Amino acid sequence: MNAISATAIASGRSRWWRSRATQRFMRHRLALIGILLITVLALACAFGPYLLPYNPLQIDIRARFSPPFTGNHYLGTDPLGRDLAARLLEAGRISLLVGLFAMILSTFIGAVIGVVAGYRGGWLGNALMRFVDAFLAFPSIFLVLAMAALLQPSPVMITVIIALTSWMEVSRIVEAEVRSLREREFVLAGRMLGLSGTHIMFREILPNAVGPIIVAATLTVARAILTESYISFLGYGIQPPLPSWGNMLNGAQQYLESAPWLAIVPGVAITMAVTSFNFIGDGLRDALDVRNDHH
Amino acid sequence: MISAPASPAAAHEAALSINSLTVSLPKGMERGHAVRDISFDLIPGQILCIIGESGSGKSVTANAIMGLLPASIRVTSGAIRVGATDIMSIERSELRDMRGRIVSMIFQDPLSALNPLMTVGAQIVEVMTSHGVGTPSERRARAIELLTEVGLPEPSVMFNQYPFRLSGGQRQRVMIAMALALEPSVLIADEPTTALDVTTQAQILKLIRDIQRRKNMSVMFITHDFGVVAEIADSVVVMEKGSIVEQGGAEQVLKNPSHPYTKRLIASVPHMIGQDRTPLSASGAEPILRVQNLVKTYRSGSRLFGRERVVQAVNDVSFDLLPGRTLGVVGESGSGKSSLGRLLLKLMNSDSGKIIFEGQDIASMPEEKFRALRPKLQMIFQDPFASLNPRSTIGHILTVGPCAHGVPYEKAKADAQALLKQVGLDAGAFGRYPHEFSGGQRQRVGIARALMFKPKLLVADESVSALDVSIQAQILKLLEQIQRDTGVSMVFITHDLRVASQICDEIAVMQKGKIVERGPPSRIFLNPQSAYTRELVAAIPGEKPGV
Repeated sequence: MNAISATAIASGRSRWWRSRATQRFMRHRLALIGILLITVLALACAFGPYLLPYNPLQIDIRARFSPPFTGNHYLGTDPLGRDLAARLLEAGRISLLVGLFAMILSTFIGAVIGVVAGYRGGWLGNALMRFVDAFLAFPSIFLVLAMAALLQPSPVMITVIIALTSWMEVSRIVEAEVRSLREREFVLAGRMLGLSGTHIMFREILPNAVGPIIVAATLTVARAILTESYISFLGYGIQPPLPSWGNMLNGAQQYLESAPWLAIVPGVAITMAVTSFNFIGDGLRDALDVRNDHH
Repeated sequence: MISAPASPAAAHEAALSINSLTVSLPKGMERGHAVRDISFDLIPGQILCIIGESGSGKSVTANAIMGLLPASIRVTSGAIRVGATDIMSIERSELRDMRGRIVSMIFQDPLSALNPLMTVGAQIVEVMTSHGVGTPSERRARAIELLTEVGLPEPSVMFNQYPFRLSGGQRQRVMIAMALALEPSVLIADEPTTALDVTTQAQILKLIRDIQRRKNMSVMFITHDFGVVAEIADSVVVMEKGSIVEQGGAEQVLKNPSHPYTKRLIASVPHMIGQDRTPLSASGAEPILRVQNLVKTYRSGSRLFGRERVVQAVNDVSFDLLPGRTLGVVGESGSGKSSLGRLLLKLMNSDSGKIIFEGQDIASMPEEKFRALRPKLQMIFQDPFASLNPRSTIGHILTVGPCAHGVPYEKAKADAQALLKQVGLDAGAFGRYPHEFSGGQRQRVGIARALMFKPKLLVADESVSALDVSIQAQILKLLEQIQRDTGVSMVFITHDLRVASQICDEIAVMQKGKIVERGPPSRIFLNPQSAYTRELVAAIPGEKPGV
């Protein structure tokens, strides 16, 4: 029963669902609820707009401010009479995609910097980690807002901006992990075989750090969705008429008393997405934590 | 299966009596029980050794007696009797009161068994406090008395030391002092010397033996080393896969084992061979490797603040190695033997000196140029669990090196499959992951990896130390066979003189970075020249040189 550890995810192949990591994850109720909610949300955003009778941009002045469940407007309408359900799902596509791609980009940057800093160590490692510290010390909300104000705020731009301000945590986690992996004998064996540094870093060591990276990545999605919401809420993010959960909130604030559902509906969506990703992240952290296994 | 020898009368007298004990394991483990239907008695005033390889259930037995089994493993049947008390039937609080007072235990790893944040003295005092013994000043006096008794220097200074300031042997002495604090009648020692150097091991064994005699204690000593058994045991219990296969007096079991498993175990214990190996190659050939005045110094701390620590890991080491020969490098931990091995392969850079391999000095060669030579110098690592990338298939592990040096994948794959057969694994191992294999099988993969390039020099760094003796014997045989087939030269690094004597043509003894003595095994063992070698040879458990 020695070393099944975190390797089970990649190495179990046909039997991964029987691995201990998977079993531990399945025991984590909240994480399962998270997975369920995210799946429902993602499927709804992907296919929902085709099933709804309204177009998210279709204005119907006669039906403005309809509360939820009036006619075919399941979630009501906004001040221009646009169907809130259609807008919510359309916005969900953008918000989730921004979160997802920001995560991919920031994980990539963070992993590369972390691996290089952790494996090379010395002055290069130090310089890279101080660079990470400098980024962390900078109040990222101002950076995000300043960049968003200067650059053209398209969804792609927003994704890039969020990624550039959220890669540091991944690189710190990866650096610490790689520094301990670097001392393992299989890395020495790689050098003995004459493998290049790049090969050892990215093909031998990095796969062993996948567990913590996945955990950090999941939590990054949650944070990216939140960041996108608040910069859009502040008006620097995704620009109307393109909907996003954040700018839907922005549009809702002046009608808080008369039409509270305008704020509640996207608010619930954001909360659901963010908490689900956080739950999944917690579950993965518990499941992939190597210290739970006895070597 | 051997039935318990205990007659009812003897059971009554025993200090510790185990009767048909079965401990089951949770579902999904490789077998259903950790130990099954075992019975033995510990006779008062004797040392009983429980010996077995990893997974034989010997530690589980000890933990069952102490009531320290994890919640998922439970005793399903049988009785454990300490003196006249059946500990299976008493309350938890009574059991806790018994621990330390009547039965006490020492563990394998004294570093993790001691609290790093408490002084040595405080930890000994704590044992007495929690059992409500004595007044504070009495406890302190008793702790110092105990530290003196286990032979620690300056007991009153030692009292205020933290564990990290102590050496491994000193820590184990502290553990023993803690275990003795309440004068228990039974001491359980779970591999207490396995993590120690051989000279330290000899001292600790002697200490346990002395204390046991002086206090007429009963000791249950768990070990995997027949040498240790020969050194201290009065009687022996041999365990295999959770069952007792043989038990009896030490003399009888060691000299006249009756069960085939015991015979096999005893046969695979490496012994010092008083005679030299017939060299597999002719002498007089040009040396393949010539090491001259090699130096490596480790510096830690900061030069700026004057707290720099300088350790001479390898200090002015020189030797030659002929093609097809094996040089054993023997030393205790910290002797610099592993550093030497890494320097030879340039896994670490040396500070000065020359490593002349096939006529070229590789010590000063830049890494880019040396990379082309790497295939000729390969290493077999110590830890079969850490030395294989857990995320790579065996096939990837074997072929990645050759492929990086331009060998086409198909050829590398064919080579790898042939080599897997040669090292005694089936070709199906190619697509599987390291965790699917046992320690011995993994070490075979490590050997195959080192052979993929048909190297000229193999450095084996403690390559059999982590393995059970029977597996160890197989791996040594495999290395011997490989050397005969390929004519490779080997540097065999080990802490175990017995193992070195099995496989080496010449042995170099290292101490504090220097080679203190070099010569053929026969001379090292029978007529050691330096004081350190003499001490090392004398410390080997269960061996009398020349016999």
